[in-house]
Amino acid sequence: MSQQRKAVALISGGLDSMLASKAIMEQGIHVEGINFFTGFCVEGHTHAIRKQDADKVKRNNSLWVAEQLGIKLHIIDIIEEYKQVLLNPKHGYGANLNPCLDCKIFMVNKAKQWMQENGFDFIITGEVVGQRPMSQRKQTMPIVAAESGADDLLVRPLSAQNLPATLPEREGWISRDKLFGFSGRSRKPQMTLAKEYGFTDYAQPAGGCCFLTDEAYSLKLVDLWKARGERDYDLDDVMLLKVGRHIRPKPHFKVIIAREDGEARFMSGYKKEFMSMNCASHRGPLALIDGTPSEDDLLQAAQITARYGQGREAEQVEVTIRDRDGAERNVFVKPLLADEIPQEWFV
Amino acid sequence: MSAHVLNARRLLCPLPVIRTQDKVKTLQTGDVLTVECTDPGVMQDIPAWCRINGHKVLETRAVDGEYVIVLEVG
Repeated sequence: MSQQRKAVALISGGLDSMLASKAIMEQGIHVEGINFFTGFCVEGHTHAIRKQDADKVKRNNSLWVAEQLGIKLHIIDIIEEYKQVLLNPKHGYGANLNPCLDCKIFMVNKAKQWMQENGFDFIITGEVVGQRPMSQRKQTMPIVAAESGADDLLVRPLSAQNLPATLPEREGWISRDKLFGFSGRSRKPQMTLAKEYGFTDYAQPAGGCCFLTDEAYSLKLVDLWKARGERDYDLDDVMLLKVGRHIRPKPHFKVIIAREDGEARFMSGYKKEFMSMNCASHRGPLALIDGTPSEDDLLQAAQITARYGQGREAEQVEVTIRDRDGAERNVFVKPLLADEIPQEWFV
Repeated sequence: MSAHVLNARRLLCPLPVIRTQDKVKTLQTGDVLTVECTDPGVMQDIPAWCRINGHKVLETRAVDGEYVIVLEVG
């Protein structure tokens, strides 16, 4: 009796990795999924925070895909290790701070480690030649295989017929004929295959599943590094850059203003890490103060905070300023007018 | 069988799932784990994670902005 071969699939939650896994499962291979959490994943977070997204189903697509496929999914926290990928990408960045090629190499390498530790035989990804401008080009796909160390244990079922035969194909663990030769940016072949497999619901391609591909987010991260004088971050930084208006009146402090109740609820969890303020005399948003503001700076921050409350037209607004230890004091300020907040303050 | 509590408040998905996954690895079959969260996404995600990994959800409840999931390790 032949040995039951096992493959670990990188599951992003999108259609391609779902189809790639299914294609290998159809060949009798035992497949389990792995999903890496970098902290920058778009999935879930902002949907959970922002009220405007409240009607969206709060499902994690990678878990959902695993359930559709009937496979186990292992979610791995790589937040700390990922810093080196983001801060020093050997192959550089894409249009923003997205180190896509280094990211893919890193994740395949991590999958290879997992494969070895758990007695699996090969790795599957949903990559398609020519699908993405940085990490999924004909020239870069061999780089991913080589620099990750996965080499010919890396199978891309959707594009396999466009690539050299891998070890699982050469050894007959899987049949190359039952793999595919997709290439290019068109999604039609994937949609046709999804229909064949009976998948009627799947996450729509959204042009990126990572905040680092987003220009506004990348600019906020660069601003944070500049203000702190070092290129470093922690998970709280990553999360807070996803919420609120970020207004930096001076290099040494920034005001983060909640845009809605959901963000305010989320940001209130940071009151012990940041000074905070909110309007006491009128309804208004919660604001967190990042940096080292002076007393005058705090008054300016209070004026900005008041600007975004219902007292914006009032002559005077009472604002509560809260220290990290919970000590509170109230100040009275005149809200800034819209044209008194220069555009360049908005991060 | 023993009972355990995991504080996953303030974490956003998938971190509560990851913390649950890591905690469950240290438990025995039949142990009961109560996961306390503030992200409503856990009401979908932790039960989904339990279903695909063979654990049983005994209870889910939402009270005053907190979300609690009680599961039995399979």
